[in-house]
Amino acid sequence: MAEHEGKGGDGGEVPAPRPDWLPDGCEMLADGEYDAIVMGTGLKEAIMSGLLSTLGMKVLHVDRNNYYGGECASLNLTNLYNKFRPGQPPAPELGHPTRDYNVDLIPKFLMANGNLVKMLLMTKVTRYLEFKTVDGSYVVKGGKINKVPATPDEALRTSLMGIFEKRRFRNFLQYLAGYDEQQPDTFKGRDLRRMTMLQLYEDFGLDENTQSFTGHAMALQRDDTYLHKPALETIKSIQLYVRSLERYGKSPYIYPMYGLGGLPEGFSRLCAIHGGTFMLQCPVEEVLFDDSGVAWGIKATMDGVPQVAKATMLIGDPSYFPSRMVKPTGMVARSICIMDHPFNGTNDAESTQIIIPGRQVNRHNDIYVCMVSFSHCVASPGKYVAIASTTVETSDPLAELAPAFELLGPVMERFDDVSNTLTPVEDGTADRCFISESYDATSHFETTAADVQSLYERVTGQKMDLSIDPEVEQEEG
Amino acid sequence: MSSGRVCHFKLVLLGDTAVGKSCLVVRFVRDEFFEYQEPTIGAAFLTQKVQLDDATVKFEIWDTAGQERYRSLAPMYYRGAAAAIVVYDVTNKESFNGAKSWVKELQRRGDPNVIIALAGNKADLEHRRQVQSEEARLYAEDNGLIHMETSAKSAQNVKSIFVEIAQKLPKATVQPEREAFPIMRPRTEQKSGCC
Repeated sequence: MAEHEGKGGDGGEVPAPRPDWLPDGCEMLADGEYDAIVMGTGLKEAIMSGLLSTLGMKVLHVDRNNYYGGECASLNLTNLYNKFRPGQPPAPELGHPTRDYNVDLIPKFLMANGNLVKMLLMTKVTRYLEFKTVDGSYVVKGGKINKVPATPDEALRTSLMGIFEKRRFRNFLQYLAGYDEQQPDTFKGRDLRRMTMLQLYEDFGLDENTQSFTGHAMALQRDDTYLHKPALETIKSIQLYVRSLERYGKSPYIYPMYGLGGLPEGFSRLCAIHGGTFMLQCPVEEVLFDDSGVAWGIKATMDGVPQVAKATMLIGDPSYFPSRMVKPTGMVARSICIMDHPFNGTNDAESTQIIIPGRQVNRHNDIYVCMVSFSHCVASPGKYVAIASTTVETSDPLAELAPAFELLGPVMERFDDVSNTLTPVEDGTADRCFISESYDATSHFETTAADVQSLYERVTGQKMDLSIDPEVEQEEG
Repeated sequence: MSSGRVCHFKLVLLGDTAVGKSCLVVRFVRDEFFEYQEPTIGAAFLTQKVQLDDATVKFEIWDTAGQERYRSLAPMYYRGAAAAIVVYDVTNKESFNGAKSWVKELQRRGDPNVIIALAGNKADLEHRRQVQSEEARLYAEDNGLIHMETSAKSAQNVKSIFVEIAQKLPKATVQPEREAFPIMRPRTEQKSGCC
């Protein structure tokens, strides 16, 4: 009767002898021995477990919560209130407590041609998800919201600049559109590997205001240090923005129906399909190290029984590792606002990104606002969820978001969060602990994708191949 | 927009480990059966059509991919599922209790209108039966479920259960116009030449 116990496929065998690595008094956690144990089902961890299992590794993926997504989960109202207002039931006027909402804890949009989209295509996780474009991408100037002009046509129509500046900006965009790193005849005598971005701006006669929204709302730089670096990287970022915009038309951003939580869920499914084992609500209490400081397993006690699993590497978000293994890099302030109206000045867009360049409000770091709504199935009909975020600069983080709150107008509910961002002390090659970085304040996934690429390289010793082959049509199964 | 009478529906499988969920689908989709099917690996996303008199129903079938083992199915799994087959093993009483709890889980997390079929699989193993047909039939009746005993091995009722689900699905309702899209591969240059 035990012929189909589903424990690894080789039925018929007598129960395996107790492995010698299993500490006294402990049972095996799941199947006991794995190539990789991944802790936390945030997006980065989920991408990693998905990729490693497709490489043929045996993966155990655990999470202490009873939901997927870790720090970047999308929560329904009940879970959102449990997190921010324990003991208080959700306000009934907001909508259904468990069905209507999928509120992201970390607000971000996907750049349509960005690296996360490449990872989705490469792994075919796209098949589990549906997306919609984000209606608009805006930048604030003088307290007013303006559409980011990204095509030569839009450049001529924008109210961000005067008539002569518009022409100069259009020339700049046309130059960028033609620029190809591989074709020197497109350089028009400018060596962007040497020339700084500031020099390039000045070459086109662009003023500070234009520099500000180009650098911050298109190249998505977080501060102004890029001005003094070679222009090429920034140019590539702007090209990514423009090409992403051309892809779907309204904005360069796309966003999954039902919230960002679908992303880690999709990659988790990829892992499961390739044999990965998933355990939510697994109370991981300890990473186990040998005498030389190399991690070899994890311990979790369930139903009063300590259980241990072993692996050649551990991957996870900072919260699963001893605090000595990570160091703070700063703080991020985020405010989740539920509203019953869209933004003024956005043509009633049902989803938008708004960037307030730091320079506009006397700060170093930009303030981002991501707004999504019922149209992406993340809120009940007529409701909008706007999340303002920034990198903290003062001892009063929430006050720093004031310029965003001004744009928002009245809100029905607001949930504030200020958290440390952490980064691993070591790269993991020595202690076999590969730790992801906390999610930063940026409003897109490019830095997230970069961290995943770095993790992948440290874990496998290989660069991640993101040159997806557009010729190969995917087949079923 | 009624798209030429081909209706697409997502169907999910639920049930305890090793009750034969994947075998049922493989029998339905490929008309194959393997006695020692590995626990679900690699597949888990299959499609198959059922031809009815007035319409073609195309099922997009999601297998659990083993995530049922520790009850770690993601919301994505249930989302948008128009139908579900909850499978138990007639030779394993425990799996029938399991099926009942999967039905509850589905009612809690799934679409309120989801059509649920209860499949008592491995019905060819009559000599080892632990779950009586009558008990399951009554349970299904009380809960408004389709119920059939199936055998992926002999193919008994496999097609029938999908056909009955297809018949019950609301094909008349106009599918809401969707702006959402799956990401496609970037096309190499399209549309009219913009400057």
